[in-house]
Amino acid sequence: MNKHHDEVTAPRYGMVIDLDKCTGCGACMVACMTENNVPFKENETNKLDSIAWMRIFKISNREPFPKADMVYLPRPCMQCDGKHIGHPPCVSVCPATATDYDQGSGIVSQIYTRCFGCRYCMAACPYLARQFNWWDPHWPADTKKYLSPDVSPRMRGIVEKCSFCYHRLQRAKDRAYYEGRDTVEEDEYQTSCTQACPAGAITFGDLNNADHEVHGLKNDPRAFRLLENLDTNPKVYYMTGKKWVRQACDYHIKDEAAKTKAKPEQHG
Amino acid sequence: MKLDRRTFLTLGVGAAAGGALGISFTPLPWKMTDDGSIWTQNWPWTPVPPTGEVSERETVCTLCPGGCGVSVRKVGDRCVKIEGTKGHPVNKGGICLLGLSGLQFLYGPSRVHGPLKRIGRRGEGNFQEITWEEAIAEVAEKLSAIRNAGRPHSVACMTGPARGTVPALFTRFMEAFGSPNVFSNQDSWDTHRQVAKVMYGVDAYPGFDLENASLILSFGSGLLDGWGSPVHMLAGYGESRKSSARPQTRIVQVEPRLSLTAAKSDEWVAAKPGTEAALALAMAHVIIKENLYNKNFVAFYTRGLTDWTDENNRPQVGFARTVLENYSPVKMAAITGVDPQTVERLARQFAKAERPVAVCGRAQGDQAGEFHTFLAVHALNALAGNINRPGGVRIKAADDEAPAWPLAKGDSTSRAGLKRPRLDAVPVRRYPLAENLPHTFADAVLKGEPYKLEVLLVAGGDPGYFLPASSKVKEALTRIPLVVSFSPVYDDTAMFADYILPDHLYLESLRDVPSPPGLATCVIGLARPVVDPVYKTRHAGDSVLEIAKAMSGSVAASFPWGDYEECLREAMGDKWGDMEDQGYWKEQAAAPSWTETFGTPSRRFEFCPDLPQGGGRISVKPKAWVAQPLGDPKTHPLVAVPIQSMRLENGTMGAPPFVVKCMPDTVLEKDWLVVEVNPRTAKAYGIGDGNKALLSTSLGQALVMVLHDEGIMPGLVGVPAGLGHVGYDRFLRGKGANYHALSGAVEDPVTGNDVAWGVYASLRQA
Repeated sequence: MNKHHDEVTAPRYGMVIDLDKCTGCGACMVACMTENNVPFKENETNKLDSIAWMRIFKISNREPFPKADMVYLPRPCMQCDGKHIGHPPCVSVCPATATDYDQGSGIVSQIYTRCFGCRYCMAACPYLARQFNWWDPHWPADTKKYLSPDVSPRMRGIVEKCSFCYHRLQRAKDRAYYEGRDTVEEDEYQTSCTQACPAGAITFGDLNNADHEVHGLKNDPRAFRLLENLDTNPKVYYMTGKKWVRQACDYHIKDEAAKTKAKPEQHG
Repeated sequence: MKLDRRTFLTLGVGAAAGGALGISFTPLPWKMTDDGSIWTQNWPWTPVPPTGEVSERETVCTLCPGGCGVSVRKVGDRCVKIEGTKGHPVNKGGICLLGLSGLQFLYGPSRVHGPLKRIGRRGEGNFQEITWEEAIAEVAEKLSAIRNAGRPHSVACMTGPARGTVPALFTRFMEAFGSPNVFSNQDSWDTHRQVAKVMYGVDAYPGFDLENASLILSFGSGLLDGWGSPVHMLAGYGESRKSSARPQTRIVQVEPRLSLTAAKSDEWVAAKPGTEAALALAMAHVIIKENLYNKNFVAFYTRGLTDWTDENNRPQVGFARTVLENYSPVKMAAITGVDPQTVERLARQFAKAERPVAVCGRAQGDQAGEFHTFLAVHALNALAGNINRPGGVRIKAADDEAPAWPLAKGDSTSRAGLKRPRLDAVPVRRYPLAENLPHTFADAVLKGEPYKLEVLLVAGGDPGYFLPASSKVKEALTRIPLVVSFSPVYDDTAMFADYILPDHLYLESLRDVPSPPGLATCVIGLARPVVDPVYKTRHAGDSVLEIAKAMSGSVAASFPWGDYEECLREAMGDKWGDMEDQGYWKEQAAAPSWTETFGTPSRRFEFCPDLPQGGGRISVKPKAWVAQPLGDPKTHPLVAVPIQSMRLENGTMGAPPFVVKCMPDTVLEKDWLVVEVNPRTAKAYGIGDGNKALLSTSLGQALVMVLHDEGIMPGLVGVPAGLGHVGYDRFLRGKGANYHALSGAVEDPVTGNDVAWGVYASLRQA
């Protein structure tokens, strides 16, 4: 069984976000909200209780005017593989198996009706990618009419997060099956944010498939991942030519190289 | 049976053990826990969206002037998602957050559901539903009464954008009715057009072929903040960074604040605000002094660079001499704050670049610009000779000609009315280029001069929010006896209206979408209904036709069409076929050659142009080095400048709930507007990061939260624009403060337009 899962042909979907192209315009955030029936409420300025699967962070270099610089960093769920594939931090702590690692796509799921809202996964996620529904969502006027039947609206008391638009993969698989194919083409399955991005900063595809653009991009010398030191092994890569941005995206300590070298690897 | 202690304990223990055993074996508690958790997650108010047949419909977005092609995903008869149309010439499949949120306008709480008549006080938003027959009849009757009394000129109309068949129908209505008082928005593209008129001799909006430029020198244009056609700009930017090691286009951004555009550019030049003209001319100084200009173009296709003698044999001072004598980089450094070495380096880069282009029009370009800045920037482009060449300025033949309709009919009333002076006194002798000056509207109404305004028709543009000194505009709105709004949503102006005759939303109606600003190639879009009207709304074009028909005589006779669609087809002429087939019409003509480009009397580009109607020569040298903002720097020592971004607003629609939701907490905190201040400035006033403060200008004040930000020049206060609405829904209304209420108009000495780039302000800890 394990052999089957470890086959290199199983897709591992991932994303590469070019921070040098990203203009922080916010299209990815709203593209995600409209695709995934994300609710909205009157006051969304407390970002800790504001639900956004895709969120844009502003990072500044903290230099004084006019040397100041900034970049925007869009942050979906990192869809971590975990140190040992299939064990992302959130999946390991979920007592209800409400979040799971799909060996067939590498996507970390969130099953709303299983979740009972303990929020262990939120504590475990180092990327703040998960959000809790403190209230029942409310759709004012006739806005219920625009809800998509492809994604279940959530209810109070559960956690939700980015699914890499899993329903789009299901749709693409259905089509492939219907047409007698056993693979999904690169352009058949793209997330809503990737599709919307006006600057083309997001690339999405199968990291294991050499024909997909992400396969090459992830090995670009400008590519890196968020908090790589934590060994969460994310499937979302970022690219930038700015050194200060790469440094701001991970924990760094003084004389890090020397210290980590001296430290024996811990087990247990 | 006697119940002794032993029996009691035996029974008790037995019952407990039996119970425990029972619980372990009966599925009931597990079933109940499971059911309980499912039940608490299946509230009847958690919707289950119905399924249905899936379809895709294409149309054009009209939420801003960008003109993006959009595809709407439908499930049954519901629209569930808006996406960018793949392969559309404007947006190339991309889309912005406002366009994505379109369904929140279609089905959302800000929409007007049918014709309304005011029953409460002005601005209170208390309306009563009426039928369309009543609405049209009552408005037509009131208009007829005024016209029959011989006062047709006392009716004014604000069309919002100037282009498109719907504004054209309103303009036509005013002409047939007999009023000269038609106002439209004045933006930076109108200033470009005024400059094109005198420098190029072409009466058309110029475009910029930025995709093919190798160097873009932007004088404050928010190229990635919603300038021009926003998604088109972002797509071009992404394309230019395709090979990340070497961007195909180098971008230099001149701006006093680290805007998004400044951060994404290759070089940010933090010049003092309002000094763009001085900087551009300092660069021209270097280019001329070092002989770096395009000799062929300048020698054969321009006039006025060197001294010359005019038709009357009088010697004239050329552009070169004026610039060489007055605009050295060293002298300008004191004004612009940019060191001479940087100016020299940038000037050389610009002149030596293969396809350089200089652009202007501050931030989103939705406000008219200082004429001298625009002259200087176009002069730079001429020095580089990059006109009607790939990657340069594109001077187009007029693509926005008035629709080819037969002339409106007139009678003695309309002819007399049209002869009356306009409320803004245009044509103003001082401003021979001025076409309409909407910023003077509120003063004219409040003074009642030259006559009292009786009716205002508002077809778009939300003047109650966007005009400078907007609190004064709102006061003016309460003084006008009859205000009729055609807005599909409760915008700020609609809240002050007596009648709202709600237009369809773009997703429900057919209309032309004029070519987006800044594009090198003209693309006229066609918005087509993708869904049946959700509410009892009516196309604004049809509403005008019906009001006109309800008024007999020459007004009705000027509108011979059965409905709006008929007059749209007629207006589009031979473009209609393409528009119907592919959703847009795209210009095919190549750029004219230099010999055919210029329409000036000399058939050359004019470095020192004349004003029309004998207005005299425009001096390259402005009266003041820096355009002054409104107010007194003694009492208000700081300068508040607006911050524009796609995450705040684009076009004239207020932000829908998703856009408000995505606003960062560095813009809005609860209901507080967050303003950016450099830490040095904030500390000088003793205001800590995150402190509340009172922001005052000579026109008003607002409670704000202060954010220390190293990205803004000391002495400035960055005020996010797009908040502080009184209309719309509870997701937007009452949040933050309106920059336009704090800022007032400053007239340009040449065009008379409002060109205020800031306002003197003070900050005090609250």
